[in-house]
Amino acid sequence: MSGLAAGIRLAHYDQKVCILEKHWTIGGLNSFYRSGGRNYDVGLHAVTNFTPPGTKKGPLARLLRQLRFKWEDFELSPQVGSAIAFPGVRLGFTNDIELLKSEVAREFPKQVDAFERLLDQLADYDDLNQDNFGGSARQFLSDTISDPLLIEMLLCPLMWYGNAREDDMDYGQFCIMFRSIFLEGFARPFKGVRLILKHLVRRYRALGGELKLRSGVERIVTEGDRAVGVVLESGEELQAKRVLSSAGIIETQRLCDDLTEQTPDRAGQLTFIESISVLDRQPKDLGFGETIVFFNDSPKFTWRAPAGELCDTRTGVICSPNNYLYPSEVGNLEDGVIRLTTIADFQRWSELNDSDYARQKLWWYDRSVAAAVRFIPDFRSHVIDTDVFTPKTIRRFTSHDNGAVYGAPEKVLDGSTHLKNLFLCGTDQGFVGIIGAIVSGISMANMHCLREP
Amino acid sequence: MTPAEIRVEILDILSEIAPDEDLSDLKDEQSFRDQIELDSMDFLDIVMELRKRHRIQIPEEDYGQLASMASTVGYLEPKMVTM
Repeated sequence: MSGLAAGIRLAHYDQKVCILEKHWTIGGLNSFYRSGGRNYDVGLHAVTNFTPPGTKKGPLARLLRQLRFKWEDFELSPQVGSAIAFPGVRLGFTNDIELLKSEVAREFPKQVDAFERLLDQLADYDDLNQDNFGGSARQFLSDTISDPLLIEMLLCPLMWYGNAREDDMDYGQFCIMFRSIFLEGFARPFKGVRLILKHLVRRYRALGGELKLRSGVERIVTEGDRAVGVVLESGEELQAKRVLSSAGIIETQRLCDDLTEQTPDRAGQLTFIESISVLDRQPKDLGFGETIVFFNDSPKFTWRAPAGELCDTRTGVICSPNNYLYPSEVGNLEDGVIRLTTIADFQRWSELNDSDYARQKLWWYDRSVAAAVRFIPDFRSHVIDTDVFTPKTIRRFTSHDNGAVYGAPEKVLDGSTHLKNLFLCGTDQGFVGIIGAIVSGISMANMHCLREP
Repeated sequence: MTPAEIRVEILDILSEIAPDEDLSDLKDEQSFRDQIELDSMDFLDIVMELRKRHRIQIPEEDYGQLASMASTVGYLEPKMVTM
C-alpha cells in the first residue's frame, strides 16, 4: 500500500515507476481474499484517522490532497462506537472526543483535569517533525495521569493498533496513534479494503505506472554505496535510479548483495492470530452493537509475545465490520461477522507440523473466543463459518520476520539505509495501518525521489 | 506569460493541490499559509506542478519566494516571460 502511494506520487510527476509485488494479489497485510463464497479482509478492522468531508487538517485530508483523490472516493462510513473494557470498567468512545472525555469523567472523576492537560499536550505534536519521536509513552502518561488503571486503558487500543515495541511505546508513536484513534477515529468502506486498493491501483496505472505481480525481489544489486537495480526470483533483472522498499528494515538489508554479515536480531516480536466468525444474523441482533472492543482481563495491560504458549488470551480486540454507519441505500453486510485478534508467538506457530497446526488453530479459536465473550454477548451458538489466520499467514503476506505485524521496534523515520539511493517506506519507516502506509509512501517519495530532478 | 497569466496559472495549481479551498478571496500580499491550509508537502507540490507543467526548476533555497501570490508571481515572472 505504501508502495502504491509512492508510485502514484512519482508517476504523477512523470517518473518511470515499476512496483514489484511478490504475491499474486496486492495489499500486503492490508489485503483480501475469498473463501467458501465469502469475501474477507485480511488486515482491516478499521481505517483510522477518520475526519469528515471538508476537513483540511490531518493525515486523511493530507493524503487525499497529495494523491488527488476526492473524500468520497474512499466511501468511508464512520464507526457506531467502540469501547475499552477492563474488569469492572468500560470506557466508550466514538469519533467525537467529547464522549471519551465524559466517560473518563464518569469512571475516573479525579482525572478529568489531567486528561484535559493530556489532550492539550497532544494537540501540539507535529507528525511531520520527527525530532520528538523518541521517549517513553508510559513515562509521559505517568507524568500527567496519576491513576495507573486509566493509563493502562488508554494504552491498550493504541498499542493494539500500532505498537511494534514490547511493553512501552515511543512517545511519537503514542501521539500519532492517540490522534488517529481517539481524536479522529474509525471508519470503513462498505466494500472493505479492496475498494481503497482498487482506487490506488487504477490511479497508479492510469498515470503510466507499471505493477508486476508474482515478482518477488530476490536481491538488490549494489555498486559501491548505491543500489543499481534488482534481480527478481524469476531471474529477470531491472535497473533503477532509486529503490524504495516496503519489505522492512532487516528484510531489505538481507536483500542487499553487499551485506554478507547477518545483522543482529532486531525484528519485532508482536504477532497475532485472527479469527473470523460468520454468524447467522447481524451482531447487533445478538446484543453486540459496538464497532471495536479492546479488552484486557486484569488491571495491568501486558503487551508482549506470550511466554510459553502459542497465544495469550488475556487481552484481545473484537471487531464487527457490520457495526459501521453505512449509508441507508447500501444497507448492511449480508453476513454477520465478528473478528477477534489475539497475541501469538511466531516461533511456536511456525514449528508445528501440519496436523498440529490445523488442530491448534481450532483449539485457539475456541480459547480466544471464550476469552472474548467475557466482554461481549456470547455469540458462539450463532456461528455458521469460521476462518483463522496465524503468524505464519502474516509472515507469508508481509514477509516480515516473525510475522511481526507492526514491523521492527526501531523505526527509521527518514527512510534512509546504508545505500544512498535505497529508501524504506511502509511499516518500518514508522507509520502503520492503512492511512499510515499511504502517508509513509507519499512522504518517502516526496523526501527522496521528488526534491531533486 | 504576463504576471496576470502567471497568477491564473498559480491559482489553477492551488485549486488542484487544495480542491476544498475557496480561492476567490485570496489576497496577493498575504502569505498563502495565513489564508489556506497548506503544509510543507503541499508547498512541494507547487514546485512540482511548475516543473511538470512548465519545466521550471526551482532550487530548494528559493522555496521561500513562494510564500504569497505576489512574491510567487514576482519570482516567476522573469522565468516565464518567454512562455
